[in-house]
Amino acid sequence: MTQSYRLSAGGRIDRTRTLTFSFDGKLYLGHPGDTLASALLANGVHLVGRSFKYHRPRGILTAGGEEPNALVGVGRDDAHFTPNLRATQVELYDGLTSESQNRAPSLERDYGAINDVFWRFFPAGFYYKTFMWPRKAWTKFFEPRIREMAGLGRSPQTPDAARYAQRFAHCDVLVVGAGPAGLAAALAAAKTGARVILCDEQSEAGGSLLAEPDAQIDGLPAAEWLKTALAQFVAYPQVKLLTRTTAFGYFPHNMIGLAQALTDHEGERNDAQPRGRLWQVRAKRVVIAAGAIERPLVFPDNDRPGIMLAEAARLYLERYGVLPGRRALIFTAHDGAYRTALALQRAGCAIAGIVDLRPNAGGPWVAAAQKAGLAIYPASTIATTDGRLRITGATVKPIAGGSGQRLSCDTLLMSGGFTPSVHLFSQSRGKLVFDATLDAFLPGAPAEACSVAGSAAGVAALAEVMASGAEAGAEAAGGSAFSYQVTNAPEAQGGFIGAVPYHGDPGSVRAFLDYQNDVTAKDIALAMREGMKSVEHVKRFTTNGMATDQGKLSNMNALGIMSPVLGKPVPAIGTTTFRMPYTPVPFGYFAGYARGELFDPERHTAIHGWAEAQGAVFEDVSLWKRARYFPRGSEDMHKAVARECRAVRNGVGIFDASTLGKIEVVGPDAAEFLNRMYINAWTKLQPGKLRYGILLREDGFVIDDGVIGRITDTRFHVTTTTGGAARVLTMMEDYLQTEFPELNVWLTSTTEQYAVIAVQGPMARKVVAPLITGADISAEALPHMSMVECKIAGVPARLFRVSFTGELGFEINVPADYGRAVWEALMASGKPYDITPYGTETMHVLRAEKGYIIVGQETDGTVTPDDVGYAGMIGKAKPDFVGKRALARKAFAEQTNRKQLVGLLTDDPALVLDEGAHIVADPAQPKPMTMLGHITSSYWSETLGRSVALALLRDGRARTGEQLYVPLATGNARVSVVAPVFYDPEGTRLNG
Amino acid sequence: MLLIPCPYCGNRPEIEFAYGGEAHVVRAADPRKEDDAAWTEFLYFRKNPRGDHAERWRHAFGCGRFFNVKRNTYTDHIEASYRIGEMLP
Amino acid sequence: MDNLAETTSLSRLFALSGQAGDRHCRPVTGGARFSLRVPQASLGAAGEALGLDLTGPINRAVSAGQRTALRLGPDEWLLLLAETDAATVAASLSQRLTDGLYSLADISHRQTGIALEGVAVTDILNGGCPLDFDPAAFPVGMATRTIFFKAEIVLWRQDLTRFHMEVWRSFAPYVWSLLANVGCEYAD
Repeated sequence: MTQSYRLSAGGRIDRTRTLTFSFDGKLYLGHPGDTLASALLANGVHLVGRSFKYHRPRGILTAGGEEPNALVGVGRDDAHFTPNLRATQVELYDGLTSESQNRAPSLERDYGAINDVFWRFFPAGFYYKTFMWPRKAWTKFFEPRIREMAGLGRSPQTPDAARYAQRFAHCDVLVVGAGPAGLAAALAAAKTGARVILCDEQSEAGGSLLAEPDAQIDGLPAAEWLKTALAQFVAYPQVKLLTRTTAFGYFPHNMIGLAQALTDHEGERNDAQPRGRLWQVRAKRVVIAAGAIERPLVFPDNDRPGIMLAEAARLYLERYGVLPGRRALIFTAHDGAYRTALALQRAGCAIAGIVDLRPNAGGPWVAAAQKAGLAIYPASTIATTDGRLRITGATVKPIAGGSGQRLSCDTLLMSGGFTPSVHLFSQSRGKLVFDATLDAFLPGAPAEACSVAGSAAGVAALAEVMASGAEAGAEAAGGSAFSYQVTNAPEAQGGFIGAVPYHGDPGSVRAFLDYQNDVTAKDIALAMREGMKSVEHVKRFTTNGMATDQGKLSNMNALGIMSPVLGKPVPAIGTTTFRMPYTPVPFGYFAGYARGELFDPERHTAIHGWAEAQGAVFEDVSLWKRARYFPRGSEDMHKAVARECRAVRNGVGIFDASTLGKIEVVGPDAAEFLNRMYINAWTKLQPGKLRYGILLREDGFVIDDGVIGRITDTRFHVTTTTGGAARVLTMMEDYLQTEFPELNVWLTSTTEQYAVIAVQGPMARKVVAPLITGADISAEALPHMSMVECKIAGVPARLFRVSFTGELGFEINVPADYGRAVWEALMASGKPYDITPYGTETMHVLRAEKGYIIVGQETDGTVTPDDVGYAGMIGKAKPDFVGKRALARKAFAEQTNRKQLVGLLTDDPALVLDEGAHIVADPAQPKPMTMLGHITSSYWSETLGRSVALALLRDGRARTGEQLYVPLATGNARVSVVAPVFYDPEGTRLNG
Repeated sequence: MLLIPCPYCGNRPEIEFAYGGEAHVVRAADPRKEDDAAWTEFLYFRKNPRGDHAERWRHAFGCGRFFNVKRNTYTDHIEASYRIGEMLP
Repeated sequence: MDNLAETTSLSRLFALSGQAGDRHCRPVTGGARFSLRVPQASLGAAGEALGLDLTGPINRAVSAGQRTALRLGPDEWLLLLAETDAATVAASLSQRLTDGLYSLADISHRQTGIALEGVAVTDILNGGCPLDFDPAAFPVGMATRTIFFKAEIVLWRQDLTRFHMEVWRSFAPYVWSLLANVGCEYAD
């Protein structure tokens, strides 16, 4: 197809180059500078989509981000595909591949159009009322069908190939919109030396000046003035001009979200460079110069392809050199449409007539139209239109009544006036004030440091638009405004909100307000008949304004319809909240760099590389990767863990415990601070000794545990759980800073300062001792729960004699850089004893055999020290510690059936219970059964040759010896309640 | 994203901070002297006003200090920030 | 075996460098670090012991010779020292502050350093750090703890286009990769 609607001259496109693109598989031609919409129109294509609900054929309605109909999917393949783009904003590039949406099999023949034949059965609220019964049918039948029928574009199925960037930025003045007001504001601010960011959603700055052939600014044609203005910015290095950048959200404290498209217009050829960049701009002041959006008129069948907004048509003509049709009918309540008619006539388009709702429109534009001999129908309306896939004509009637007259046309251009774009201002929680003369909500008192300029503030004439911009920019930057001489730019006036009078049966026509969601004037009336009085209820009942265009075209018309029915003026009804984003932003912009391995930090210990080389299987523990087991040959986890357990019990094992949280607690009051934090008593703990500490929350429940070593009188080495490290330090800082500021003690996280290597098993000392200098680590010199500072393999170390396995054991803290070398030295030293690396799984089994709890496994935030059998650790003489007063409450004291930690042994020694399974007394009791508790840990114990389990059981300690049942998927397992220590209850092995 | 005035570091973006709940909830110097009702109140009951709210923040990715902020929960306007131990302005 | 620490050359750095886009970043090897905590009353004495003026404002660096103290909070300094100076510093503080009203914790191995240099560095940092790097807001000599994407960092501006970053060791590969990732967007 040739570009038969393209003019031979004019516009800002580059006719020296021709681009090929496809739409629904058909090839077309266009030029650089085109949008997909302008290029389609140049080829005479208006039909570009099907509506959401009725699947009505729809054409290009606008020339901007408010476009409700021309939604397309663009991308050369699935990995570069973006659905739901507005064709009016898609810049053309060579090879662009696009498709229409919401139609099957094609735009021209769409099965879904059956909905349009039966439209009377699909009124507003239809879904709320219809698919109520049977309940299951909703998820199984109705919803999938509806989702298939209704909806927008298809989601790509492959990962997005594009990269996305993000940036934080700061400025003195952020100007949103680079039209005449925004440019004037940015220039005024820039002259003060302020840091300015000027952003505009279009491919080039200029706004309305890009389609302004008549006006002169400071003696220059508008386009020329624009060039000089942009050239001036070059002299200000502190001004950043961002085109293709939409200010989509206004967040508290003057944080504005910008979405900058970087490579879309190049066809995303280069995946190495980011496709788009999300800016988070903190501005001292914001000037919103977002312009205004033309309103459609609401009349019967106002949605046929070929029906377009009048200013959009003028824009296609002036900016892209495209005629919307050969014979245009104008329907308006605003002078701007006269300007469109005159321009089209000059360009060779026949004007079928200008139908004006107003009885006696006047002013320069009307006079010019009269002078040009255009047929004007004042005080008239359009009663209906005809044409299936393209408008072919419309019937014009006087508003006063009388017979209609059909005028044929291939395009109908309408204007209901302009709605100021107050979206961002409203998002900032600025108050909107209704202006009755303009029939518009205008920015009132701001809630943030911002101002609104130009047509977004309701100013219409170009001279005033520029003056208001200059003033806003100067005020924002603390400078002085300067004025512009604007000539040959007469103001255009007028406007209408609501549904036009059309003299038909209101029940038999469809006059669309919200094109994208197929909401008609009748739906609004129905909503009010059904009792919806609030604009918010009407919105939700009808879905008016809830589509991706968020009612940019429909909100004011909805209010115009509601106002007379409710007998309330528009400001008394109010308007719905404007929500971000202003226009849809692809998800990739928000994900930014946080994809794949960069989604979260992945923390590795100093010994990780060794474990990896040994083929360890890792598990995630908070952000850490921890070696779970070290399979040899074809071992599965079960076999590997059994072997690792045997090694520790009978010989020696080595374990990377580096992820344990560590806090250095230093100061004269260190012991007193720990007294107040932990349940245990610390004053009498001698330097060189260790103690197992339990930390509660203020409500009395266990939150963390760990071994604490006293290095000197005033220095403690505190360990925490891996996952609790940050939480515990924050909690300690909180108490120290806010409750105990009188204590002279300071906290430092040393988690990553040390690599921690646990050597455990009867042979542990034989492995460690040869590497030690500067200390005697014999059983007599270094008994269980003591520590010494020494050197191991020449590296300074804090050597803890401690065990989480029940065997003789050491935990060796060395500066992290030396972790791997010390580990390898220990491996070498342990070779004669077949030293065996073991992982977290074996560690879990070994400690469960000993009944040692794991916070977060045996505890769940509702467990007290007594519940897990640790009441004896509480420092009885202490007047206070965190959680002590809570535990003393009557509510605790009087509770007799708390869940307590017990051991469980299954009748069948081979059966390993499911963790989390419930415990009941009688499995034959009627459901729901009375739950007595649940399994917290359950393992195969290689040492004991049978399964073992820990459980929290109501009144558990008193039930020792009882037989209970655990219902499992495989049947009811009978278990005996035992003490929660299965191995070496006397602890003799610890002291070896 | 809020811009929070840290009394030590000046205005910093919200992502450097951690919220710390209602301010001026004082832990009694000797909890033993508090009755159960008072302690339950201290443990579990917090204000949730629509409007001015004195609340704690910690400049977690900054100076690490806890401090108090008087913020309007409806407008997000921050009227004042002050150090722990200082009175609500 | 006694001299392993001295004889084994262990990289405090990870296999970081060499990614596309990381030409603005250089690993900083070695060095000792302490977290120093000093209450107001001991500021003068601690400063004398170190030969550094600790009474300056929060979020500023003070240096003398190879000793640098970054004041991260009202009572918190990050000391960056030569490795050979660590024992001297610890000893002189303990001799001078006999009341023990201070805390010195060795964090040499807790974190690692990354040097950033180039005109694009502030833009690259703003890929994941929310601070304003305008010289008026973040002058040369400023040092502060802040955030880079999801990692805590300390950032010290040594010159208009030169920064020193400190990051916990297990977060370093993440931070480095992101610096490189953002750096891909800048040619110089």
